[in-house]
Amino acid sequence: MTDSKYFTTTKKGEIFELKTELNSDKKEKKREAVKKVIASMTVGKDVSALFPDVINCMQTDNVELKKLVYLYLMNYAKSQPDMAIMAVNTFVKDCEDPNPLIRALAVRTMGCIRVEKITEYLCEPLRKCMKDEDPYVRKTAAVCVAKLYDMNPQLVEEQGFVELLNDLLSDANPMVVANAVAALSEINEAKPLIEVNSQMVNKLLTALNECTEWGQVFILDALSGYAPRDEREAQNICERISPRLAHANAAVVLSTVKVLMKLIEMLPADSEFIASLTKKLAPPMVTLLSAEPEIQYVALRNINLIVQKRPDILKQEMKVFFVKYNDPIYVKMEKLDVMIRLAQQSNIAQVLSELKEYATEVDVDFVRKSVRAIGRCAIKVEQSAERCVATLLELIQTKVNYVVQEAVVVIKDIFRKYPNRYESIISTLCENLDTLDEPEARASMIWIIGEYAERIDNADELLESFVDGFHDENTQVQLQLLTSVVKLFLKRPTDTQQLVQRVLSLATQDSDNPDLRDRGYIYWRLLSADPAAAKQVVLAEKPLISEETDLLEPSLLDQLVCHIGSLASVYHKPPSSFVDNTKAPLRQLAPNAAALATNGSSSGDMDSAPGLIGVPAPSGGAVPSQDTLIADLLQLDMNPMGGSSAAAPAAPVAAPGGGLDDLLGLGGGAPSYGAAPAAPMADPLAAWGAAPAPPAAAGGGLNDLFGLGGGGGGMGGVMGGVQGFQTPKTQWLDAASHKGLQLEGAVVRKNGAIYMEMAITNKAMQPLSDFAIQFNKNSFGLVPAQPLHIAAPVFPNQTTQVSLRLDTNGPVQKMDPLANVQIAMKNNVDVFYFATVVPMLVYFAEDGMMEKREFLELWKEIPEANEQQFTIMNNRGLSADDICSKLQANNVFTVARRSVDGQELLYHSIKYTNKIVVLSELKMEITGAPTLTLSLKSRHVTALANLNEMYQQIFDN
Amino acid sequence: MLNSLFIVNTSGDVILEKHWKSVIHRSICDYFFDAQKKASCPEDVPPIIATPHHYLISVYHSQIFLVAVSTEETPPLMVIEFLHRVVATLTSYFDECSDSAIKDNCVMVFELLDEMLDNGYPLVTELNILQDLIKPPNFLRNIANQVTGRTNISEVLPSGQLSNIPWRRHGVKYTNNEAYFDVIEEIDAIIDKQGATVCSEIQGYIDCCSRLTGMPDLTMTLVNPRLLDDVSFHPCVRFKRWENERVLSFVPPDGNFRLLSYHIATQNIVAIPIYVRHSILLKGGVGSRIELTVGPKQSMGKVLEEVVVEMTMPKAVQNCNLTPSHGKYSFDPASKLLQWNVGKIELGKPPTLKGSVTVSGTAVVEPPPISVKFKINQLAASGLKVNRLDMYGENYKPFKGVKYITKAGRFQIRT
Repeated sequence: MTDSKYFTTTKKGEIFELKTELNSDKKEKKREAVKKVIASMTVGKDVSALFPDVINCMQTDNVELKKLVYLYLMNYAKSQPDMAIMAVNTFVKDCEDPNPLIRALAVRTMGCIRVEKITEYLCEPLRKCMKDEDPYVRKTAAVCVAKLYDMNPQLVEEQGFVELLNDLLSDANPMVVANAVAALSEINEAKPLIEVNSQMVNKLLTALNECTEWGQVFILDALSGYAPRDEREAQNICERISPRLAHANAAVVLSTVKVLMKLIEMLPADSEFIASLTKKLAPPMVTLLSAEPEIQYVALRNINLIVQKRPDILKQEMKVFFVKYNDPIYVKMEKLDVMIRLAQQSNIAQVLSELKEYATEVDVDFVRKSVRAIGRCAIKVEQSAERCVATLLELIQTKVNYVVQEAVVVIKDIFRKYPNRYESIISTLCENLDTLDEPEARASMIWIIGEYAERIDNADELLESFVDGFHDENTQVQLQLLTSVVKLFLKRPTDTQQLVQRVLSLATQDSDNPDLRDRGYIYWRLLSADPAAAKQVVLAEKPLISEETDLLEPSLLDQLVCHIGSLASVYHKPPSSFVDNTKAPLRQLAPNAAALATNGSSSGDMDSAPGLIGVPAPSGGAVPSQDTLIADLLQLDMNPMGGSSAAAPAAPVAAPGGGLDDLLGLGGGAPSYGAAPAAPMADPLAAWGAAPAPPAAAGGGLNDLFGLGGGGGGMGGVMGGVQGFQTPKTQWLDAASHKGLQLEGAVVRKNGAIYMEMAITNKAMQPLSDFAIQFNKNSFGLVPAQPLHIAAPVFPNQTTQVSLRLDTNGPVQKMDPLANVQIAMKNNVDVFYFATVVPMLVYFAEDGMMEKREFLELWKEIPEANEQQFTIMNNRGLSADDICSKLQANNVFTVARRSVDGQELLYHSIKYTNKIVVLSELKMEITGAPTLTLSLKSRHVTALANLNEMYQQIFDN
Repeated sequence: MLNSLFIVNTSGDVILEKHWKSVIHRSICDYFFDAQKKASCPEDVPPIIATPHHYLISVYHSQIFLVAVSTEETPPLMVIEFLHRVVATLTSYFDECSDSAIKDNCVMVFELLDEMLDNGYPLVTELNILQDLIKPPNFLRNIANQVTGRTNISEVLPSGQLSNIPWRRHGVKYTNNEAYFDVIEEIDAIIDKQGATVCSEIQGYIDCCSRLTGMPDLTMTLVNPRLLDDVSFHPCVRFKRWENERVLSFVPPDGNFRLLSYHIATQNIVAIPIYVRHSILLKGGVGSRIELTVGPKQSMGKVLEEVVVEMTMPKAVQNCNLTPSHGKYSFDPASKLLQWNVGKIELGKPPTLKGSVTVSGTAVVEPPPISVKFKINQLAASGLKVNRLDMYGENYKPFKGVKYITKAGRFQIRT
């Protein structure tokens, strides 16, 4: 009797039949019916129509039936939320059951029912279960908190479940601790609520020894996020977790390796402890390679990272990476990669004989990779080059088409690394000319012929044979052919003139490809103008190619080593790209901020003024009360008229009650400020900005007054056209490790848009073309507004300046640091990856000017906790006006100014392109002390990230 | 961790699906089926596949794939280990983890999966406890249940679940108390054309079958514990004692379990107990021939048993016409597998297999590598030996036994 009987159907229709059976009086029949329903569910059949009937079976003392009904509920509750409520009573009752199994089952299932309405009923039973006397119930409840958080994070925080979870970390039962850790880390991933501290670490380390293998993985992963206070603590953690390396579960082993790799960084590099620790690391990793192939694969991807970071750990273990013929292909490929990384002089002979063996295998991709690997060995280990070349020659003799082609490609690289050493083999290569049909192999062969034209007697004939089919060739081959023929001509001008003319005309007249045409013209011009110069250019000495071309970028490598054992480490991609977008806080919160902004502005300018004054002022704090702020505004406006703002004595403050009248009256006086060229402004730029400011109309006085408050609004309109501070270009890619591409750049804001200014320098021998650029998801959704267009190829030693307009409407994902942007740059040679931290100020939007009232309300609304204070140096002795105008130029808008007790207080607002608003208060001593105090506030603390540095940079420039 | 699990067979049908968080539609498996189509054989399907919103992590076992779906960053090894644990559990419940076994017991598989994972976290993976929670199917019990109306599902919480030794049940009782240990060593090796060893290593296990009453505390000492420098232990082994005294001290789980596994690395020289001489020529037309000879080498006086020689012939090979001096041989023209079942190698003339082969085409074909299986009883190739086994905590005298077996692991000879 098997379960397949549940799949038999009858004439009347399955659902009907089941319905009758579910409502049967006989227990046995009922149970069988529910089993049938579950059986249909497991194969994906929709049996949701039976919902009420199945729920009816829930109230039973038969545990199996109960479990089956629960299984059904978990799947279908979401589709029938109203009916799911029917089940609540039973759950609540079951949570009180004397049998812990039933209690746990109820709380577990309740958490899995993802229906909003049920969650309210869940809280009380869950709280009770978290303090249950039975550890099994507690551990189930811990997981339930994570489930609840997934549905309703706010509820979890409000109801204090996070604290309860935190308490469970001190539970006597290690399994409960492990589950609490798992739940906490899942919650923390979404939003950091609890930080791992040294006290917690101790608890975790104690639980580590006693909990289940899965719990150990959770605990180790949590530990990897902890930064020990000092060396001693790091060493202590290492000692306590290193026994886990001998665990039978591969996940435990790899998580242990992760924590150890991370902690090793903290210890002094040459200590004995590290030596003994690294010795311990090798055997467990080797053991992983005798596990199931899937485990081997993950292990190999991680070992690839580890050997890049610490090559010495596995340097003795070359042999375990030797490929067995029945390894799955994905394991073979990875083993090969690691073998090349470990290849060095002492083991190169072994590696080569293995690689040669692999090159005769059946799988084409694997064979190709093996041949390439031989070439890489030659380039990496100089002593082996001769042997590698001999091996490659032997492989060419096999005449297997794809082997020959791969061999030609790698031999070209060997020639470039060791010029004038192995040219004797050219004749053998030439014999195989006809078999080459892949563009890369053809281009490589043509390059070889051109480069060594003087030693190949029939070079002209060989090249001519290629030229005959010029139009059918791939661009890569055409370009190479053009260059090689020119080389040939420069070396043997007498008998190849005709050939070179033919190629040049083919390239310039018959080709649609701009790269090819341009290169053709350049050669033509060079050859006709100054053959000697042409010789210097075309036959210039080439830089040697670098040894290892596929190493990961060091910062990415460091990042990945901290995430060993994760998906990121398997894909060798930054961990941040694996976070689900919906969890990025910036995007989630942005709409709120936007809504708030519109709220504020829609209430009207004029009307709001009386109300504003009527609002009772909060007392004390850094926030200026509304009344005084208005008074200050008035005062500010008078300051320029009264003389230098810094030296102005505090003018008598207007009575708060009569504010509106006074304001309006004063509004008429505003033009005098705007038009006053005599106002002593230290910064000529500011003066320039101020001079043409349109006089404010008296009618709009209040509005303008607020706008002008800090000398802002009027200037802002004009100053918008002025460039703010722009960070100088920094090097993003260096030529040495990026195949000759040197990239310097900076992201700047000008004319109200973001630009990426780049200088591309070609330090390679060949022209670089086909540039393209792509941005990874980032915090502000920065993306190119248009494709990168570089009209002509960048020729060797040439620099091209490009300015690429950027938009902020791309996909958003929170990065760390916030302004980090990962960029991929492609050219005809390769794709390069780099990351740069964009200065935050490029994200300051032009419409960031905030109204005073709005500013005030927001300032009050944001909790103290979100305020950050910094000290900033006023190195250039700027006055308050200078500061305001400098900030203004960078879209940091002055909302208000006032001076109190010998201090000048400046209030500014910033609005990011994603509508998040930052408020700042800048305190400066009127006495001219060189330090300024900056307080920043925002609803989103993350948005404050290194803004103080931005301020500093603005002031220093 | 993992959101859903799909069990899929090689012909691309979803046999079973289970969701722990919200339901993910089975169309997600299409990505997997695409990868499956691309792979030349089921073993070559990559274990981790990224799709735009999900990650598919799979393991392959006897014609079925277990495909786990995750939506977020998760340690892949944990998922893979868990999936292997599912396979092991199903195998122990239904004797095999195959398409038909799952279909026949789908409700029980579903119940088991629900016990094993909660919200994507592994919950109960210890077989001992699972068997307490859900009794394995068995004919007698089925009949009894029919009569008494009882079920296979336990109504009370298993006692071992949360003790400090979660792997052992309480209240175990046997009339005959016995503990058997199998020291099994598998030799992995690659031998090159000339018969020289390219690399060789030993993968060893100590498997245990314990049927002991109560809470026995066992101590095992080895004659030469120094051999083991790369060991993975069952959680029951007290690591501190091993580290300090090189003694294995543990409270064993009930039933069969793997006490420890070890790895003896390539630096140590491993004795290769078998040799295969080969002379193979494969080319189109006439004249293709195969000649294989196997014999013992450094086998320390022990007899090689269950010797099997296998080669997967290239596609061009159409048929073989061979004569074995010992044992039987078979050639499957569809899978191109040539299998020579030598059996026991007695003293005397070494067994040979020779004859002619039909190869299509005209080109010379590279001969395939040879894979060899064998077994040697009463020998641990590394020389590992159990010294003594003592029991504390209980008052009876158990029957104890140790058996040594050396087997071929992945033993390959290049041609």
